[in-house]
Amino acid sequence: MTAPTVEAREVRKSFDDADTGTVAAVDGLSLSVRKGQLTALVGPDGAGKTTLMRMFAGLMTPDGGALSVLGIDVARDPQQVQDRISYMPQRFGLYEDLSVQENLDLYADLHGVPMDARRDRFARMLEMTDMARFTDRPAGKLSGGMKQKLGLACTLVRSPDLLLLDEPSVGVDPLSRRDLWRIVQQLVDDEGLSVIVSTSYMDEAERCAQVFVMHRGKVLAEGTPDALRERAHGLTYTALTPPGVAARDLQARLIDAPHLVIDAVPQGGNVRYILQPDEKAEEVAALTGEITTEPRPEELEDAFMMLLRQQEDEAPASAAATRPAAVVEGTADGKPVIVVRDLVRKFGDFTAVASTSFEVRRGEIFGLLGPNGAGKTTTFRMLCGLLPATSGQLDVAGRDLRTARAQARARIGYVAQKFALYGTLNVRENLQFYGRAYGLGRRALRDRIDEMTEQFSLDPEAQSGLLPGGFKQRLSMAAGLIHQPEILFLDEPTSGIDPLARRAFWRTITALAQGGVTIIITTHFMEEAEYCDRIAIQDAGEMLALGTPREVRELAGTDGARDMNSAFIAVVEDARARRSRAEAA
Amino acid sequence: MKRSASVTRLLALLRKETRQMLRDRSNLYVGLALPLVLILLFGYGLSFDVTDARVAVVMEDGSAATVNAVAGLVGSDYLSPIWAHSMFEAEQMIRADEADAILRVPADFTRNLTAGQGQLQLILNGVDSNTAQAIEGYANSAVTSALLHRADRQADVGTEAASVAIVQRIWFNEASNSTWFFVPGLVVLIMTLIGAFLTSLLIAREWERGTLESLFVTPARPLELVLSKLAPYVVIGAIDLVMCLLAAKFLFEVPIRGSLWIIAFSSILYLLVSLSLGLVISGLTRNQFAASQIALLVSFMPALMLSGFVFDLRNVPVVIQVVSNLLPATHFMGLIKTLFMAGDYWPQIIRANVILAIYTTVLVIVARRTLAKKLD
Repeated sequence: MTAPTVEAREVRKSFDDADTGTVAAVDGLSLSVRKGQLTALVGPDGAGKTTLMRMFAGLMTPDGGALSVLGIDVARDPQQVQDRISYMPQRFGLYEDLSVQENLDLYADLHGVPMDARRDRFARMLEMTDMARFTDRPAGKLSGGMKQKLGLACTLVRSPDLLLLDEPSVGVDPLSRRDLWRIVQQLVDDEGLSVIVSTSYMDEAERCAQVFVMHRGKVLAEGTPDALRERAHGLTYTALTPPGVAARDLQARLIDAPHLVIDAVPQGGNVRYILQPDEKAEEVAALTGEITTEPRPEELEDAFMMLLRQQEDEAPASAAATRPAAVVEGTADGKPVIVVRDLVRKFGDFTAVASTSFEVRRGEIFGLLGPNGAGKTTTFRMLCGLLPATSGQLDVAGRDLRTARAQARARIGYVAQKFALYGTLNVRENLQFYGRAYGLGRRALRDRIDEMTEQFSLDPEAQSGLLPGGFKQRLSMAAGLIHQPEILFLDEPTSGIDPLARRAFWRTITALAQGGVTIIITTHFMEEAEYCDRIAIQDAGEMLALGTPREVRELAGTDGARDMNSAFIAVVEDARARRSRAEAA
Repeated sequence: MKRSASVTRLLALLRKETRQMLRDRSNLYVGLALPLVLILLFGYGLSFDVTDARVAVVMEDGSAATVNAVAGLVGSDYLSPIWAHSMFEAEQMIRADEADAILRVPADFTRNLTAGQGQLQLILNGVDSNTAQAIEGYANSAVTSALLHRADRQADVGTEAASVAIVQRIWFNEASNSTWFFVPGLVVLIMTLIGAFLTSLLIAREWERGTLESLFVTPARPLELVLSKLAPYVVIGAIDLVMCLLAAKFLFEVPIRGSLWIIAFSSILYLLVSLSLGLVISGLTRNQFAASQIALLVSFMPALMLSGFVFDLRNVPVVIQVVSNLLPATHFMGLIKTLFMAGDYWPQIIRANVILAIYTTVLVIVARRTLAKKLD
């Protein structure tokens, strides 16, 4: 039995918060990480994952307890640890004005990698990251996924004794995510690398030998993925969606019964759910009614959701927004509210969006998916009227965006990716500002603010900047909806939000769509595509697939039919292969 | 082995900082073009020379001797006399800003001149004290040379020149008396600006972009980070220094009496002080905007106002004198003025350089602290 790579005993770390006093980020946590394997830290936002990682890396000193990394007391001698480990923070600090090669050289020099070893290592890294063609390109000009891969390559210029990865796949598309994991897995296999990774993706945790589930600064559970999965044994089912019913409506029905159902998510056109452990057969039967249900094998995610739900005092998902939103007039008549014909956008020689056409009907949830740099954001900005199109037709809410941008804008709401409200104003003041900006009258505004704060369970007097992540998200939504838009645009609203908050968020979206609001959304979480009525997959500016989630999965063939993530990868790779064949010919 | 690893790291960091500096155009503009603008702006725009100063002349005594004494004013490039009929009228002119000074020839001038006690009254508008002093000098020399002229022609009244005294009074700012050596002072201002302003962005930028977190978890040592950030800007500063010296010598024809080596050495030492001050500010604020504002406030503004560049320190209240003496800029300002105007005066050279060396050491240590590889 070799000595553990990381050994933590009763480690504590608190931060002073001007508003709430002292907050314990890591609260008497103990764990032991074995050498030469992949270890995952999973947990919702605020579980203390990043703080713990930073303490491992010697960037923060524990307030109490003992922490040894590679057998070294990291509080006493952080430099000795830093000489031997590699650490990739959430936002890896690439020097954007330096080229790919210069970034690699810098880290190789800092780690004192000898020249002869360097040649092989660089060649291997560039090959694994598929970046050999881009060595002269400034890092700032790489796509998000490429930057993340370069960040990983920089931390791996030499084989460290321990690799720390802090949420390496946040905001990274499925293809780049798969590449990142391929690299890590290969190094674990070839070099016996010890890796600690924090993540909110359960499929990533599933690859690890050991998983620690963290919650509020403590370890809630630990074990192999198999052992953890066992906790959900016998409680996991799939509800088959009857024809004519949207999977998300069935999901809403199940998740709104928290005393019976721990969790429910749409998947593959059906709904997978977890029952509460204690026997309530009649009640469950009453809930599911005529719907066909069948047991399914339990997954790590099921166990994770169970563990988290047990910790929550309330059931936030149902509390968030079960109250249906006010119904927009003239709803669900099936008429298109967005018509896009041959839309093109060029930046100089570069074609960001090539001849794209689609329609979105009233009350639909329309998902725009694609890898980093696929043209999603450009398309999205053109739809909101933030960016003029180079050519093509673009009607939004019955207005031609090329001629009547202001009128169209009055009928759409936009929620930006980052929290774009005023942090020093309180909730009411922010909503007032946005309401007035849209020209709402005094009375109407007051009524609307009351409705919004009630619908999203927001405290009107709370200071916006101090709200927890999930509540900031709700406030952004409320601000985007204050003028009762017909169409709501959401740009990666769930990036960096934990599974619980994401469930609550989607419950709100479902309620809004039921109320007749048309939703256009971009996301990196492929399983979220299952909530959409229709999705479009874009890559390199072209529309690769368009249809219901089921249609897109079927288009991807047998490989991709299982889940959206593999369907997405199959569709994109297929198109890329076709394009490179066409270029070769 | 250990030493060579450290050298490799330092070189790698130096290469990185230099590349970043060269690729960021705005940095280079501030570093090289701005000093050029400052040299030209301060050199020409803030000219101390007064030409065609309007002097209201009140002739209460119309004799030949009087006309002679005042004739010098007419011939001067710097002064343009306006004839006033009475003292009252002249005063009105000053108040209306139609004249900058009054030269009054009293009714008993000729009589007193003959008695060897000729007195002229010069009243200056002290609102602009620098102009007032310039006019004082011009009027004095104009009158004196006119009288010397007369003395040449009339050998028998050769003693008169010495016997004319101009009795002057400065209105509105009685105590004003400043020396103005602004070209040497420009060296101080530019070294301050380049140093503090440019480096104030460096560490803050790395905090903002999140690059420090990655850099911290490498074998790189804090001191290596500090040194690598200083070095490229020392080069920029040296180029600026050469520009200043060339401008001083060839553009403004200011005498450089001291040794060039000592000027260069002291300037680089002062540059290190302001560079490391910029790094300290950058490391403490961790925010580029705040850092650049604070850098301007605590380095450039005091260097402009309190170092003796504009205002003579002998005339400021004790509190300000204490503050001034705490500023490294003040010590360097004194030294560089002496070096330009008077030459090498070793006690001052040693004293100022020791002070600057102490500042450099302290600031580098503090800057290293701010990069102590901790996020909490």
